[in-house]
Amino acid sequence: MALVGSGVLVGMGVVFKTFLETYPWGRVLLRMVGIQSANGITTIEYPDVKQQHAERFRYFPFLVYDQTPENLRCVACKICEQECPPACIHIVGPAKDAQGRPMKANGRTFPVEFDIDTSICMSCRICVDVCPFDAIEMDNDYELSSTERLHGMVHDKQRLLKPAEYFRKIKPSEASVVDARLDAKKAKAAAPPAAPPAPAA
Amino acid sequence: MILSLDQVFVSGRAALLQMAGRVLPPVLMPWLSILMTIVVIAALAPAVMMYLTLIERKLLARMQNRLGPTRVGVYGLLQPLADGLKMLIKEDLVPRGADPLVHLLAPIMAVVPAILLFAVIPFGRNMAPANLNVGLLYFLAVSSVSSYAIFMGAWASRSKFPVIGAMRAVAQIISYEVPGVLSVVALMMVTGTMSLVGIVEAQRDQWFIATPWGFVGGVILFLSGIAEVNRTPFDMPEAESELVGGFHTEYSGMKFALWYMAEFLEAFMVCAITVTCFLGGWHGPAIPFWTLGLLLSVIFGTATRMWWPARAVLTLALLGATVVFGTQPIPSWAWFTLKTYALVFVLVWLRGTFPRLRVDQLMGLAWKFLLPMALVNVLAAGVWVLYRRPVLGPLTAGTLASTVMLVAAYAIFVRLNRPAPLERRTYLLAD
Amino acid sequence: MPSLLEARTPTDQGELMEVNLGPQHPSTHGVFRMIATLDGETIVKLKPVVGYLHRNHEQIGESSTYIASFPFTDRLDYFCAMSNNLGLALAIEKLGAIPVSERGDYLRIIMVELTRLVNHTAVTGFLISDMGAFGTPLLYAFREREKILDLFEACSGSRMMCNYIRPGGVREDVPPEWLDRARKIVADYPAFLDEFEALLTDNEIIQQRTRQVGVLPKALAVSASITGPMLRASGVNYDIRKVDGYSLYPKLPFKVPLGIVGDVYDRYYVRILEMRESLKILGQALKDIPAGPHISPKGAALVKAPRTFRPPKGEAYGRIESPKGELGFYLVSDGTPQPYRYHVRAPSFINLTILEDMCLGQKIADAIIILGSIDIVMGEVDR
Repeated sequence: MALVGSGVLVGMGVVFKTFLETYPWGRVLLRMVGIQSANGITTIEYPDVKQQHAERFRYFPFLVYDQTPENLRCVACKICEQECPPACIHIVGPAKDAQGRPMKANGRTFPVEFDIDTSICMSCRICVDVCPFDAIEMDNDYELSSTERLHGMVHDKQRLLKPAEYFRKIKPSEASVVDARLDAKKAKAAAPPAAPPAPAA
Repeated sequence: MILSLDQVFVSGRAALLQMAGRVLPPVLMPWLSILMTIVVIAALAPAVMMYLTLIERKLLARMQNRLGPTRVGVYGLLQPLADGLKMLIKEDLVPRGADPLVHLLAPIMAVVPAILLFAVIPFGRNMAPANLNVGLLYFLAVSSVSSYAIFMGAWASRSKFPVIGAMRAVAQIISYEVPGVLSVVALMMVTGTMSLVGIVEAQRDQWFIATPWGFVGGVILFLSGIAEVNRTPFDMPEAESELVGGFHTEYSGMKFALWYMAEFLEAFMVCAITVTCFLGGWHGPAIPFWTLGLLLSVIFGTATRMWWPARAVLTLALLGATVVFGTQPIPSWAWFTLKTYALVFVLVWLRGTFPRLRVDQLMGLAWKFLLPMALVNVLAAGVWVLYRRPVLGPLTAGTLASTVMLVAAYAIFVRLNRPAPLERRTYLLAD
Repeated sequence: MPSLLEARTPTDQGELMEVNLGPQHPSTHGVFRMIATLDGETIVKLKPVVGYLHRNHEQIGESSTYIASFPFTDRLDYFCAMSNNLGLALAIEKLGAIPVSERGDYLRIIMVELTRLVNHTAVTGFLISDMGAFGTPLLYAFREREKILDLFEACSGSRMMCNYIRPGGVREDVPPEWLDRARKIVADYPAFLDEFEALLTDNEIIQQRTRQVGVLPKALAVSASITGPMLRASGVNYDIRKVDGYSLYPKLPFKVPLGIVGDVYDRYYVRILEMRESLKILGQALKDIPAGPHISPKGAALVKAPRTFRPPKGEAYGRIESPKGELGFYLVSDGTPQPYRYHVRAPSFINLTILEDMCLGQKIADAIIILGSIDIVMGEVDR
């Protein structure tokens, strides 16, 4: 059974070329022979070096507020809770007063509790797709390990609330689309004089 | 008086013996000399093995576009210590029903011959620890003891899978010894000596690998050696993605570490013996030392991750050595080390490139291809020795004749062994 | 079924040994168990045991809305998330008569063919690593795969669980420089394939290990409803992209590679050739892609408000040529936003049924390689 043949030696040559490519001096040697090296070390030495993610990289959701945390965009319509495929969102709300009527802050209802269980969340983004108020968006922070399952992995409303400036910082192009949409809504609501004054969004 | 860099270890040892000779009675001197040798080898062997594992991991990683171990110590240099510590603190499981004495003896019986092999290898000029005049025979005999150890280990485990793995391994080792030994038979015939020091001396003018029979013999010896130490592409007996872990399934902790150590030491020894027999041993072209010294100083000088005092000290020491010893030729032990580690690189290279051969294919390779080639090789070596008259420039008639014989034999055996290659026409069709 | 490691079944031939290639094993491609009965080294009987990764995918699909099943389809064949999404999208489009926007269609094809590249390189790498090559070809394959996964991350937000394709088109349009990046990667890919082939195709060891191993005859393949590269390696010209002509495939020029003998080598080589064909499709699609909306209005409404989608009563079967074979989604609707019946025809599961027939008479070391050449993913087999 013949072992040595050209195929074997060519294979070894490919591996040797890859070996040389990982060294700067190796790349110089290869270039002297006329071989362009396309790859080098693929390893990214985390945590000293962190990988640059794309803008749309999504991990877990967060709630958006404008200016102050009380001015959150969420109105507790519970559409995201219904549509979430693994049912990881739990909303208690809208906040009601003593007579059972929904309370309004800044002209909108608001949730009492908003929990996302990140040990269940699939990062599928459906909650973002279905929210009519652009109140929930996807975050890209992934260094979220905690030492206990229940309190560490269930993000409550306080932990989820982040300012709109944060959203604009992490996802500029998406944020500009959302802002344009919200501004158009504001303009439309401000236009008809008979309607009540548009909420300052 | 500047001491010769080439003989630095020899002179150091002589100086130590002289100093001890003033204190100790003369009857003890031979024993002291032997003891010094033993201590050096006992210190050197584990260090060689440990850093061989690191070299393998880092080289394999580089062949796969990744870094090897980098976290434990700078450049991963303390990784073998971490591995050794890990092996030591693991629980030593002995299966119920296993024979505890044989279970313990087997890995020891694998490691000890591997270390014993260090005794005959000439590491440099005048640096063979024991200059036996049957050094080659000693080497081949001692390295064969590993097959006993493998079977002992498997049998003591009293479990079916190790026994199957061991039977395969022993069959493989025994099969590959035959072509290996035959390739050095040609060597013995040409040099007329079995002493490894003598064989290296005989390569003063021309390394044997440059002769036709030496080239084929060297390749056969190297391949047989790889097969004997069960390294890829011949490592079916210990393949993990096959049935089980092979003959060392039931071993854990330090005993497993001893098996591992035996394998690596034997792999190093295979490289060393190939270098000694065919690649010229410690001979090397007369290049002055300052080239090597400068190269090493550049490497250490640009090692940005090292702790800077260490880096500074090493670079300065190397520069100093370059200045002091610069005009001397590169020492013989440096050539030996370089050549052996070049072969170690080839070993790792083979591991990184090839998948494994199946057991029946392994055996077929040994008996149907390597053995006939080795036999023809002996004949070719004889022809080479007989006809030394230059015919075509520096080429002798012997060289030409033996080259023709070997190439013809290779072609014939390849043709005999391979079934007609199926013309694999994969064609494309649009629906 | 108890796990029998040392049972012996004496027959007139001597002792047979029953061996468990257990759920935990470096090369069983997921949690897959094979109980092999060996006579020496030869396999006499082989029984695959599946179900270790069953996650009730179909049951969940029947209690969620149609859109909510999309993230779960990502996790079916977790190597090829985009193509799973496409299968479900096709079924829903048939069910609800949803038109597809042209740009959305082009984007879908680009994603699916990129997925095919990703899957075939990875599976070839796994096959060679099963043979013991210590992962070098596998890591080269993964290095190239990373580039495509970075593309997926740029357009959908997630490398593997993309959840990007929707009925009517895609969930959102690709970012501005994405198409140029994709063109560059497609242009560089043939060089990598040439290098990969140089490493593997003529390698004598691989040829010895794979030729005439695990031969699947044509008739058996067709009668066992094998699909995908395995079928085409046995010489049957059946590629759903040509047969059904779904999406835009009739417009894009490509050929279907066929094998001759149907052994492991043919399957490996057919996959390499399919990758080259995919590169042709990608080149054409990336050139022809028009501007326009990325999803049709009906599809956009579906994305925004899944619960408003109440398809008429009826059934639909949407199938695609996924990298592993024919991936089909069977939906029965009863007028509510949740399907009445949701079934996945998983190619890996069907292809696995003839593992025993292919392995009989082979050595145990070959069984692992044959399994690797079928290309199974347990997420699909067990759903």
